[in-house]
Amino acid sequence: MPTSIAREEVQRLIRDEGGLLIEVLPVAEYQDEHIDGAINIPLKGLGPESTSGLDKARPLIVY
Amino acid sequence: MSPRAAWRLETLGFTNIYDYVAGKADWFAAGLPRAGKLASIPRAGDVARRDDVSCQLTDRISDIINQVRAAGKDTCIVTTDGNVVLGRVRIGAVAGGGEATVNATVNATVEEVMDSGPTTARADTLLESILERLSARNVDSILITTSDGRLVGTLYRSDAEARLSEGRAEESKTSIEESCCCCKD
Repeated sequence: MPTSIAREEVQRLIRDEGGLLIEVLPVAEYQDEHIDGAINIPLKGLGPESTSGLDKARPLIVY
Repeated sequence: MSPRAAWRLETLGFTNIYDYVAGKADWFAAGLPRAGKLASIPRAGDVARRDDVSCQLTDRISDIINQVRAAGKDTCIVTTDGNVVLGRVRIGAVAGGGEATVNATVNATVEEVMDSGPTTARADTLLESILERLSARNVDSILITTSDGRLVGTLYRSDAEARLSEGRAEESKTSIEESCCCCKD
């Protein structure tokens, strides 16, 4: 079950465990402004193909 | 959207998934790094100075006066252990009264003399918008906080004006260079 976390935990996961931020909003919103270092996989396109390159062991943080 | 995305990732076989529920608005409001087309537009958190002296409710004025003055300030920001802003003590105001007032006040606690609930602005507020507010109220500075009320720093009107002027000068220079076919580097 996915865990809900706050900002400090996001920072800790990135810093200490190599966490990857994923913005799931549409492309245009991501391009306007996103958290530095985040990649974009819009929710509509979230599937086996768009996630095939992601490391299953790595902490993934969606927002 | 993010809860649905988190669950979808789980169905795709990912097990190490977290949902940052408060999202990028929370991140930006804390003045943390951002990227993208609009990222270069200056915000309050970009320009706020992060050198405030802070104190707690139970501190005595006599204990903080020297600390504040040594830092070259005239104000102490009252915060909780978790850095949430509660109030402000202006040392100049404390020391400005007659001898009896000063003597009584230096023995008081911060809680007894502070200005409670000072006006604040979020770190992701557009700098131009904050400058308009400061100018309209003829105020020299404003405290900047995160969305959960934690102190980021103090934004000074002079710093905001300087940053916006720099930005306009840069835009003007870029505009001139783009329209001049003869300009060389």
